[in-house]
Amino acid sequence: MELDSLYQEVILDHYKHPLNKGLSATYGAQVHHVNPSCGDEITLNLTVDKGTITSITWDGVGCSISQASVSILTDLLIGKSLDQAQVIADSFMHLMQSKGTEKGDESLLEDAVALAGVSQYPARIKCALLGWMAFKDASVQALAKQA
Amino acid sequence: MSFDVAKVRKDFPIFERTIRDGKKLVYLDSGATSQKPLSVIDAESNFYKFNNAAVHRGAHQLAEEATDAYEGARLKVANFLGAKEDEIVFTKSATESLNLIAYAMGNAEPGSRFALTSKNRIVVTEMEHHANLIPWQQLAARTGASLSWFEVTPEGRLDLSTIDSVITEGTKVVALTHQSNVLGTINPLEAIVARAHEVGAVVVLDACQSVPHMPVDVTKLGVDFLAFSGHKAVGPTGVGVLWSSLLNELPPFLYGGSMIETVTMTSATWAPAPRKFEAGVPNMAQAVGLGAAIDYLAGIGMQTIHDHEIELTGYLLNKLLAVPDLKVVGPTNTQSRGGSVSFTVGDIHPHDLGQFLDSQGVAVRTGHHCAWPLTRKLGVPATTRASLYLYNDESDCDALFDAILGAQKYFA
Repeated sequence: MELDSLYQEVILDHYKHPLNKGLSATYGAQVHHVNPSCGDEITLNLTVDKGTITSITWDGVGCSISQASVSILTDLLIGKSLDQAQVIADSFMHLMQSKGTEKGDESLLEDAVALAGVSQYPARIKCALLGWMAFKDASVQALAKQA
Repeated sequence: MSFDVAKVRKDFPIFERTIRDGKKLVYLDSGATSQKPLSVIDAESNFYKFNNAAVHRGAHQLAEEATDAYEGARLKVANFLGAKEDEIVFTKSATESLNLIAYAMGNAEPGSRFALTSKNRIVVTEMEHHANLIPWQQLAARTGASLSWFEVTPEGRLDLSTIDSVITEGTKVVALTHQSNVLGTINPLEAIVARAHEVGAVVVLDACQSVPHMPVDVTKLGVDFLAFSGHKAVGPTGVGVLWSSLLNELPPFLYGGSMIETVTMTSATWAPAPRKFEAGVPNMAQAVGLGAAIDYLAGIGMQTIHDHEIELTGYLLNKLLAVPDLKVVGPTNTQSRGGSVSFTVGDIHPHDLGQFLDSQGVAVRTGHHCAWPLTRKLGVPATTRASLYLYNDESDCDALFDAILGAQKYFA
């Protein structure tokens, strides 16, 4: 079934058992993003220590794609430097714009390559990007605070 | 029943195509936009092929024919609504119609009937589409008027118990929807119109979800303004209608060519309504297409269409209520409700449900349906909406039912 290319097992697993969900009491930056076309919302807390991401926690409501995507993001980026995270985020955003022509670099994106199928469904790309846009926003704020 | 859906479907070319690898198109998103019969597509296309010229200008045969076609469409709309020709304004959308009223009121001379100050009030309801909420929020912000609203009960009806404290002395506008695009609720107008007129307020009716689906006679409704869009009534996109019997009292909104009587370098006076509200070369082909749409609907009969939809809505509600974990958001019977049915299915997010339904050829709308305050009030982040029209039948409802059960298995 074609739909299975969108709803990979790993996505449904993250959706049912999201990682790092539940906001931390303290944080370096907090952002709130919404997807105005469907009402999905996310709040994301980011803590960076000496250029390394030490914590990402989040809470929100949304579809399986948006929830799984942010869960995968946290798993992927915690422990990375902000510079590495930027490379990963750019690679993921590139994958989302690929209209199904790319599979994604698994050595870089790990579980996030499971979201490659989303790029064939234009209406869902925003779902997959909700958490990533929130992260980008939060990292800019965290950097500004350090400066 | 004499109404033959199979025959109707043959009038709509889009039903000849298939969806997602050969599946039958089950189109349940007419609340967002309706499909078009060939007669409408031809009317729009034929205008360009044979009659295209700028209306109300030009000393040539094409200009005459274009003007006749455009004004002929206005007459059709007027007859359809029980209105007079000069009470019909063509806009680009119902959204523009509603904005036109709000902006024109904002242009009113201080002290005139439509002028608002901080002593005045604008009344809306919690079930408004953003198009009939935000223009009023903004008018309130520009004029200092206050904004009040009727609340929605858990059953999806307007709570009119507060009518005298919501519509107060000093209220200038009461803007509400005839039929909710989310809940399907058909609002009772009589008491609201009576109370509004008692305090000297005008009533603005968003009829986007009613005019395409039931007989609407403006002389019986008692409202002062009514807006609907062509594309939800089997007509083209890019054309909306504003009806009012008060157009001559209302100042213009958009200024430019065609809407004037005289112009000097420093001033201008306005043409009589409706021309006063149609600045620029209008959307002629779309208005002509809307005329064909109205011919099509009137040819079948609005009461016939309404009866069909109500019967089908009852069938759909019974089907949906039999699905485990499915909750209908809005009235669960066909009493004063139309064929827009919103629902949630357990923990399945509407976006995921909609995606699965699409894989089965079933087209629905998911999200907050441009009525975010309403979905927030009802405590759901989003819903899935199936909306019916004259070309739907029981097999479409069955297909939706089967696909929902399929989604429950898929996302279990």
